[in-house]
Amino acid sequence: MLFWPALAGYVEAAVAYLGDSVRPGRLARFAIWGVRLGWLAQTGLLAAQAARAEGFPWGSWAGSLNLFVWLVVGTYLVWGCRSPFRLLGLAVMPLAVALFVVAWAAGGAGSHSRSELGDVFLAFHVGFVLAAFAGFTLAAGLAGLYLWQERRLKRHAPGLLRQRAPSQEALDRLTARTVAVAVPALTLGLAVGAVRLTLEGGGFDALMAVALAVWVAYTGFLFLRYQAGWRGRRTAYLALAGIAFVVAALVPVSHF
Amino acid sequence: MRLVLVGTSHHRAPVELREQLFVSAAENRELVERLAGADAEAVVLSTCNRTELYLAHGDDEAAQARAFAELTALAGLAESEIAPALYTLTDEAAALHVFRVAAGLDSLIPGEAQILGQVRGAYEAAREADTAGPVLHRVFRQALRVGRRVRTETAIGENPASISSAAAELAERVFGTLEGRRILVLGAGKMSDLATVNLISRGVDSVFVANRSVERAERLARRFGGRAAGLDAVEAELENADVVVASTSASGYVLSAEQVERAMRARKGRPIFFVDIAVPRDIDPAVNEIEGCYLYDVDDLERVVEESVAGRREEAVRAEAIVADEAERFRDWQLSLDVVPAIASLRALAESIREDELARAEGRLGSLSPSQRRAVESLTAQIVNKLLHPPTVRMKEAAAAADGVLYADAIRHLFALEDDDHPARKPRK
Repeated sequence: MLFWPALAGYVEAAVAYLGDSVRPGRLARFAIWGVRLGWLAQTGLLAAQAARAEGFPWGSWAGSLNLFVWLVVGTYLVWGCRSPFRLLGLAVMPLAVALFVVAWAAGGAGSHSRSELGDVFLAFHVGFVLAAFAGFTLAAGLAGLYLWQERRLKRHAPGLLRQRAPSQEALDRLTARTVAVAVPALTLGLAVGAVRLTLEGGGFDALMAVALAVWVAYTGFLFLRYQAGWRGRRTAYLALAGIAFVVAALVPVSHF
Repeated sequence: MRLVLVGTSHHRAPVELREQLFVSAAENRELVERLAGADAEAVVLSTCNRTELYLAHGDDEAAQARAFAELTALAGLAESEIAPALYTLTDEAAALHVFRVAAGLDSLIPGEAQILGQVRGAYEAAREADTAGPVLHRVFRQALRVGRRVRTETAIGENPASISSAAAELAERVFGTLEGRRILVLGAGKMSDLATVNLISRGVDSVFVANRSVERAERLARRFGGRAAGLDAVEAELENADVVVASTSASGYVLSAEQVERAMRARKGRPIFFVDIAVPRDIDPAVNEIEGCYLYDVDDLERVVEESVAGRREEAVRAEAIVADEAERFRDWQLSLDVVPAIASLRALAESIREDELARAEGRLGSLSPSQRRAVESLTAQIVNKLLHPPTVRMKEAAAAADGVLYADAIRHLFALEDDDHPARKPRK
């Protein structure tokens, strides 16, 4: 039942952000409320799933996608309410809608989602990894916004100053900081997974390989940003390239 | 009391006449005192674009004549010469006008921010001279509120209206705040000066001026507490600068793309914002293609300003709705002045009857404890209030429909009220 109000909130927010990008200022408030109400409804949905499940309810790939959407939107809410960052909603909310629908279609957002996995180790493993992936997704959104604004600044695009957006330096800095927070979360998640693998046994699969690739990519990002002094356009492209691994880990590899 | 405005502005008067009519802060006090005399209220608003005299007086024709005479004397012209440049507005129209002025809707550039401070200054000056009474207090306080509302509820004042402020806002789009940033100025002319002033007002704290004539560069740098050198020092300074403002009179490029590329390598990708306001241009346009470099020439900035002013005009439509709403409130308030004295007299009569009757009953009530006395006081006050509430509301409604005077007269007649006394009806002194 709570899936539909959550989806309605997210869809309303995505449409309002689109409208706000065309005519700034009018629809932003509706968009923010859409995000808030949708996120509250999804929180209720997750709470209901947790209450009914016997073990960890988001262990299936569809269930973890549901949790991932909740984490992404929740993290976005931290900044999204501030007017310069509203544009980020234009990137985040359509993605959230799409992933949420996929999670629902695959049975991850229903009231009887199957709990394939049930131990505490796994809950921590999935929780940390998904929180890190949510951070990488937001970093990619910020990087996309950086490149979009850079293009507009370079081309002297009309309406440049009427559109409220963070400065280029703020976007660059926030992208790097978000990755800097997400990488330790991913490291912890992978470490917990590795301990569980050692204790309970099991093989090294494609999902683990992609997760490791994600870790290598973003650790490389941090090295290039903070040690080699990369910034601006180059780090934005790096953040966007990294998200391709995240998408690979979240959907196709997990599914097949 | 009638509200009267007589004045002129850039819409009607050429700059020569506006200069003659300008009233400095020092002259303002004398003028408002002369205008107010013993029987009126007065505020004088004088800026480079307008001089307007606001009066509140029982006789609007006398107020107009007084204001007209003062403006004629200020201009030093014959009445027939100055008359075509003046406008006269009364009551709601005058209030609507000052609300539009405070909102920046009557300014050359819609939404300009300075005028609100000037309206506040004019009102403060009248308060200090004690020439603002109930009507002008109400009008100017409301005007200041309109100005604030328009600026917070619309985006009319958000975008730049000049080339230098457009350049500064674009630089902020790259860096966020300009506080602590370094600016490299190429050329020491007036345009460089204007752009630098704007950037410094936003927090830029280090200025380096490079010019063909080092002496002129030093003169400009001294104004901003910066350093100066010849144009040969530009490439080295590029490594440290965040914003570059170029406006030399050189016939070719002063800064090539190769020079900027070399500097960018040393800067490790830190961005630079270039403002080229020189004609012919000082900076090679290819600089804009370099990663981390943003270049705007004078045409680009003019386009930004044009677009921004057009945006302000769009927002002005929303602002006009706010102004109209406030003007209607003023009209209701002014109409209510017809009935307020009658209401006040009626309430005073009822209160005196209540107090007299309580005093008369003192003996019969015996010795009441303090709490019992408070209960009786409260009970009688509630009876009076409940009884007077409907006629008060009806009279105010009638005032808004312009029948207030009839109702007020009926109340005075029915309750045998004496001539009422209300500050808004009386002269200021």
